[in-house]
Parts: sequence; structure tokens; C-alpha cells
Amino acid sequence: MPVQERRIILKHVDQPDYTTDLDCYLRHGGYEVLRKALQSKPEELCQEVMKSGLRGRGGAGFSSGMKWNFLDRKSGKPIYLICNADESEPGTFKDRQIIHKDPHQLIEGIMVSCFAIQAKQAYIYIRGEFPLGARLLEKALDEARAKNFVGDNILGSGYSCDIVVHRGAGAYICGEETGLIESLEGKRPYPRIKPPFFPAVLGLYQCPTAVNNVETLCNVKHVIDMGGEAFSKIGKPNNTGTRILSVSGHVMKPGYYEFECGAITMGQLIDEVCGGLRPGRELKAIIPGGSSMKVLKAGERYKGKTKDGKEFEWGIRDIPLDFDSMLTAGSMAGSGGIIVMDDSTDMVEALANVNAFYAHESCGQCTPCREGSLWMNKISSRMSHGQARREDADLLESVAGQIAGRTICAFGEACAWPTQSFVDKFRDEFLAKADKSATPEATEPKRAAVPLI
Amino acid sequence: MADQNDLITVFVDDKEVAVPKGTNMIEAAFQAGVEIPHYCYHPKLSVVGNCRMCLVELGMPMRDRATGEPVLDEGGQQKIGWMPRPAIACATNAAPGLRIRTNTQVVKDCRNGVMEFLLINHPLDCPICDQAGECGLQEFAIDHGRGYSRFVENKVVKPKRTVLGPRVTLDDERCILCSRCIRFSKEIANDDVLGFVDRGSYSTLTCHPGKKLENNYSLNTVDICPVGALTSTDFRFKMRVWFLKETRSVCTESSVGANTLVGSREGKIYRITPRRNDAVNDTWMTDSGRVLYKQVDSDDRLHGASIKGEPVETETALNRAVEILRGGQAAIVGSGQASVEEQALLKKLAEAVKAVSVNLVAHLGEEDGLLLSADRTPNIRGALVTGLIESLPAEKLDGLAEAIDAGKVTTVLTHREDLRAAGLTDAQLGKISVIYLGTLANDTTRKATVVIPTLTVFEKAGSFVNQQFRLQTFEPAVPGPSAALNDAAALAKITSLLTDGDIPSQPTAVWKELAGTVPVLEGIAFNKIPADGLALDGSAWAGLSFPEKKSLHFEAAQEAATTA
Repeated sequence: MPVQERRIILKHVDQPDYTTDLDCYLRHGGYEVLRKALQSKPEELCQEVMKSGLRGRGGAGFSSGMKWNFLDRKSGKPIYLICNADESEPGTFKDRQIIHKDPHQLIEGIMVSCFAIQAKQAYIYIRGEFPLGARLLEKALDEARAKNFVGDNILGSGYSCDIVVHRGAGAYICGEETGLIESLEGKRPYPRIKPPFFPAVLGLYQCPTAVNNVETLCNVKHVIDMGGEAFSKIGKPNNTGTRILSVSGHVMKPGYYEFECGAITMGQLIDEVCGGLRPGRELKAIIPGGSSMKVLKAGERYKGKTKDGKEFEWGIRDIPLDFDSMLTAGSMAGSGGIIVMDDSTDMVEALANVNAFYAHESCGQCTPCREGSLWMNKISSRMSHGQARREDADLLESVAGQIAGRTICAFGEACAWPTQSFVDKFRDEFLAKADKSATPEATEPKRAAVPLI
Repeated sequence: MADQNDLITVFVDDKEVAVPKGTNMIEAAFQAGVEIPHYCYHPKLSVVGNCRMCLVELGMPMRDRATGEPVLDEGGQQKIGWMPRPAIACATNAAPGLRIRTNTQVVKDCRNGVMEFLLINHPLDCPICDQAGECGLQEFAIDHGRGYSRFVENKVVKPKRTVLGPRVTLDDERCILCSRCIRFSKEIANDDVLGFVDRGSYSTLTCHPGKKLENNYSLNTVDICPVGALTSTDFRFKMRVWFLKETRSVCTESSVGANTLVGSREGKIYRITPRRNDAVNDTWMTDSGRVLYKQVDSDDRLHGASIKGEPVETETALNRAVEILRGGQAAIVGSGQASVEEQALLKKLAEAVKAVSVNLVAHLGEEDGLLLSADRTPNIRGALVTGLIESLPAEKLDGLAEAIDAGKVTTVLTHREDLRAAGLTDAQLGKISVIYLGTLANDTTRKATVVIPTLTVFEKAGSFVNQQFRLQTFEPAVPGPSAALNDAAALAKITSLLTDGDIPSQPTAVWKELAGTVPVLEGIAFNKIPADGLALDGSAWAGLSFPEKKSLHFEAAQEAATTA
């Protein structure tokens, strides 16, 4: 049986007659869930989200119900909700589809979530590179406000909440939730130290704040629509709902696809959904969840036991696409951005590319990431410019090891994991680079490699 | 202060230490005798945790999530849940039973890694760096560094001499982006002018557009800079710090009495830096207080005694002064710049000549609420405590002027005060004989009959009583000019000659008498006054309307404030 997409979030997206207008959204049953939610008790809505097992779609895959549970409701301070639309992880382009093609669904998701956590104000922090998305959202918000789906006394319920679209200035670090909060407060987006600055307690303006990804908030709408129980039956236990996968790289049909969690394997995605690799090419590696996740190498075998005790042995094509399976394969499902590389890829060059990105985007607040990311970039860039040394592979690994786990935010891991996994799994290529550099034609005097940034 | 009962027990490398709850773990470890290296952490600034040098292993006693009961191991001891990752000690507050480990391989690796990262883009220009010798990078590179470099790429190039303000120059390549200076400007100096621009390793410290680092506390950023990035334009390239002898002193700029260290070499002062005193100035001082050492080598410095402008031996000048004092009706003008000992001796002198009046001159200025108070002398309260005066002085010597005009005063002995600046006219000075003891030439010394050069605060020992009635001592940093007399010695000598007695001038001797005769000073010995001062009971003077309102650690009593 050919694999079938199951579109929940992207249900109407790409249908020929579907537009971003409010009228169109209403024709397709829009804002009915909000209407329904406003008649429920907020705590019950939170309970439904908890029951649904919904996990955050931003990258870490943390339980959304738990996240809301942590909100400090006793402080008496206003609660804020922030929609994290700073989708900057290389290889990820799912939120953009939602914002560009179905902005009202996001707005409804936000309003349902706001009511559930009784937020006083909501913000959509959208990355600066999405000017069209920001304009679309603002237009959609105007329409929604005019119909009283957003604003004061929403649909006569007595509940008031507005949404502000805030455009970032184009920094990857603003996707880190505390960095985002700092940026929203008008400061440099330096991530905060945790403890004590957990957003659920000391978030925006030192008030309890929920920061959720675009796709997560859209999912909330569907959780409330179908009920937590029903939602939890989609996908696999602990990996509920659907995921939008952004596939890029060396496949015939790159793009975004929505599947039930765990319903298909990596092989099915590449070969059946994405039309396979380019003719005559072999699979070499896959980055499974946005560029910061550890790379998977073709030919690797993944053995182990799943949580329910089943033993398994997978090849790279056998890995089911869900949170837990990817974790057992030693990487993470991350943001769902899958980057496929075939045998034409030079892994050293690929790593140099990734490292250039992280060196450019490190905020510079804490030492290991600030200095380490640039250093790794300089090394890998030099290697790909024909000046590799045999000791560089070990050096790269060692530098990455000095970053991961020792920084203020998860950027440390994000920039260290690619290097660690690339060098670990493709060490022979890194060493071969050095050997090639040592040949007479390669050792002719060259300018020192200039970093790309 | 925390009550003994409020103390909780934490463990640093299995060593027990009792600290107040919430104590920063860097401080707790320090109490346990363990140094945790750090750059961005500063005890008087907010915690940002960006240098990552203080990473330690952190563990908490385990409790069952459901029941809250302690989880015990086989031995009946509560199990310790060690965090999977190292945590920063500076952002960890002491909680009961909390444990940190600072000597494990993980911690060593962390420190080693952070040191390497800090040094790869650092210019390593220690041979020409002013910070060398007191540099955090040097110290911890020795303790925790790897000793060789694995870095073969080009270093990041940044500006080497950015002028941030009139007194501070920035070498950006040396900066490790700890943000202490930014936090100081914002949190302590209330002048938010510094910030970073650019990203990652290219981050650069700079002033906000259109602003300058020119507040009166800007040089504190140089003090707290853990590396040689922020440098004092005055001190830059003048002296290697390891040659400097550091002497405890007290700032004479105002009645705050900030504690200081005077750095000198071979009889020359190169800089003044603040000395930590949590009751007075924390770790700060004013920029204006740091240049006071320049009076030592000032062009106006008095280098020899003179009689009517003619240079004489000091002995001759002293004898002449005594003659004059014996021959007329004398008034005394003392000084708030004088030490407690000098004021006590001046009081004796006044008694010996049966002075018509004893006056002090008030020097007032605007308060800044931090470390510059309205009273711009360090020791008015000393004069009250020793009984030299009983009420607060005025800015002008109007009473003395009247007395001179009426012919009731024929001689004035002034210690450090410029009578012209205090309101006396040339005509009035012409009518009387003036004996001047002080350090700098001024309009009064040019008119004086006898001038006896004395020492600055940097050249002698003594004590001041600040606005909090806190008794603080200072020590001599450099020798004075060869012909100058110690103020106390000069005053004691004149009194001795007047009374045919032998009055001692050493602080210890003066204090022996003070401790016996002045009730609030009872039992105090000069050598026993702690380095961070001694709080005196100032309640006897609570009724006076002192000009000070508020400083960093001082607030005027409510009543005094309303009557002022």
C-alpha cells in the first residue's frame, strides 16, 4: 500500500480554492473550536492538552501540557503566551507554510491556548526574514479582530486577549525561548540562565510565560477540537499527533509532508514520498531534525530495545519517524527538518557549511559557544580549502566536546553535535582530506582559509 | 548578620561549611577554603553566568518525587542526586545539603576548555599589558590552562585603543566579554552607556551611540575588568603593577571616607584604587578621588619653611611661630582635612595659647548619592569627637573677620585652611600675623608671616571619622619633602615650646591620651583599629544638622534630615 499523508494541520493548505482570507477560513469551519473552547473551563482545556500527549514541535519535543502546567499561576502576575515563529533552523520550513498559507489556523490555535492558560496578552515573534508572513499575519489579525475572535470580550465570553506580531531582526538565537523573550523586551537576545529564569515563572517582563512553536499551537486547536483522548490515538503512544516533515537535499521531490508520528520510516519517506534519490546515486547521510541534530550515516545499524521492551535492529531506512525512535537511533527528531545527502556529498564541506552557520549565529554571550563555534568554523573551512591536517579530526571533536553541555542555552549542543557526529561517523573522509592536502599540488602556497563570515 | 540558627550546611568537596541560606556557592566555597575561578561573577553585581569558568559538579540530596521522603542508600544515608551536567557555581545558591565538587576530572576539563577558548582570540600581549601581574587570565591560565596552544588560525582582530571616555581607554582584543563593566555602569553608576555590538566572537564593547563613559565612577570599570581590556588612561603604560607597593589609605575627597589602596614605587604614587569595605564603599570609589595623589607632586607644593616669604630653616620658623603666638591674641583655624590626632593636638595648642576662638571651615558640594557626600572634608566629625569644635562650621569665617576688625585678634594660626578662600580680605590679613601650616601654596601663604610645610595624607599615618562616625586609619605610602614636618609633629612641637613641656606626636601616644579622656573613644588603641574601621557611637551629635543626606551605605537620620 502506498504511504498516505495524513494532513491535519495542513489539511486545507495547497487546495486550489483555499486562500488566507478569513471568509475562506470560516467556510472551512474556522474559529468553531475557539467558540467551543470559550464555553469550557480553562483548566479542562489544559487537561485535554495534557491528555493528548502533545509534544512541542520546535525541536526539543517537550510535553506541551507539562509546559503549561509549570506556569506560575499563584504569583498573581499576568501570564503571557508567545508564539515562537522564529523558524531559523537550517532545513526546517514547516512553520512558514502554516503562516503563509493558513494564518487564521495559527491565530485560532493561539487564542484557544491563550484562553486555556488565561493569558493576558499574546505575541507572535516572527523572524525578520519572513516579511510576507508578518504582513499576512497582521492582515489576518485585523480580520479576526473585526470579527471579535481576538481582542476585548471575545465572542461575548468576557475573556479578552490581543495578539501582537513582533518582527525579529534575523538572528537564529531569537528562536531560543529566553533569547526570544529578551529580544521581545527590546534587549540583545542573550539567553537567560536557567535557573532561575525559567519562562514559566520568570519569563517576559519577569512574568510567567508560555513559549510555544507555531505547529504546536496549531495542534492545540485540533486537540481541543477532537478531544485529548482522540488526539492521543493518532500516531504512537508518547508520540502523538502528526508531524510536518520538511525534506530537503538530494531527493527528487523535496518539500513538506505531514504524517502521523511513526507511521512511516525514513526509507518510505525518501523512496516513496520524496520520489527517491537522484538517479544513480546512493544514500550517504541524513540529518534528521534540522542542522543541529546528529547526522545518521547510511549503512549504520541501530540495535536496542524500545521503551516497551521490543528488541529491534534498524538500518537507516528502517527508522520510524517519531520522537522516541529517532532518540534510540542516537539522534533527535528535532524540528522535523530532514536533510538528505547522497554519495556526491563531501562531508567535510557539508560540515564546513553547517559550522559557518553556527559561527555566524552564536550570540557571543558565553565563552564556549562564542569561541568554539568560530574555531570549529575556521578549522573546517581551512580543511575544505585544501589545508587539512590529520590532527584536525581529533581537534574538531575535542573542541566540540568542550562546548556541549557547558553553555547557557542549547546552542552549545546545536553547534557541537554536527561536528561531533560528522567527525565520528565520517572520520576517514576527514583524514583523507588531510592526505589529499599533503600532495604536492595541494601544498602550493595558498592564502590562509578565510572564514565565510 | 545572619543568626547562627539561620545557617545551613552545604558541602564543598565533601567539606562541611555553614553559610546563610541563599549564599552564592562561589562565596560558600571561599569560606570552605576552596577557590572557584571566575571572571564574570562579581560579588557586588548581578549574576549573568557567561564566562563559564565556575562550572562545578552539583548534587542535591534526593527526595522521592511522590512522597517527598528522603531517598536512602543501603547505609541509611540520603542519596545524592548528581546533575548530569556541570552547573555554574555563581548562579547556584546555597540550599540545605547542597553539594558541589570542584576537583573532579569533569570540572578540570571544563576549566581547561574555557581557558583555552578565552585565550584563542586573546592577543597574549602580556609584555605590554597594564593588567599583567593582576590579570585573571594569567592567574587561571597557570592554574587551569593547558600550557600550549592548539590554535593555528588567524585571531579575530578588533580595535586596540578605543577611547570610551575621558579617563578610560579600551583594548577590545583583550576583552573576554564578561560584561562586568556593562553591569557596573547600569546597576551601580546608574549611567547605562556601555553595551556590545556585533555577534559571536566578533562582539565588541562600545558606548551607546552619542554617549561616553564619563561619569565620576568610570574608572571602577577598569578595576573590575578581569583582563587588560579597560585601562585607565592616566595609569596606562606607566608602571608594572608588581612593582607597586600598596598602602592602605582613606579617600579625603568627602566625608564618605572610601577605603583605598595607594600604589607607589620608590617614593612616587602611580595610582589609587578602591579597597573593599562593605560598610562604606563596597568595592568602588570616585574618579575624582583617584587623582588626589597629584597634590603630592603639585607645582604649588610647599617645599620649605619661610618667614615673610624668605626661606628659613624649619626650626627657625617654629621658634618664630612660638614668639608670635606668645606675643598676641591668637585665634586658631583648624581643618576637616586634618586627622583625629592632629585635631587633638591642635586643641592642646589652642588651650596653651588661650586662643580667642577655634574655627573650622566647612567645604560643601553637591551630593551624588553614592560615594561623594555634601561635606567635602573627611574629618569634620573627628573635630567634634576630639572636642576641637562643638558645633558645625560655616563656609565663611565671618566671626573671625569681625574679631580682626575689632582688634580682638592679632594672630591667626591656620592649619591647612586658606583664609582668603574662607572669606578674610587682604586688608584683614594685613592687620594680623598669620602662621600657616599646610602643604600647598595659596593666597594665604603668600601673605603669611610664618609658613611651615607639612605632609599630605599619603605621607603620614592617622585616622579620620567619616559621616557614619566610623573611625578609619590610613598609613604613609611615600615620604614627604625633606623639609616638610609631619603636621602632628609640628603642632606638638609648637605646643611643647609654648608650655616648656614634651608633648608626644606619634599616633599611638596621642591615642593613649584620647582613649583615656574622650568617652566615645574609650579603650581604643591606634594599632588595634581594624583595617575596615571601627564604628563609634555618634549619638551625642545626633542633634547637629549635618549636610549629608544619602550615600551608598549612609542615610541621614530622619530627624536630622527634617531639621536640616
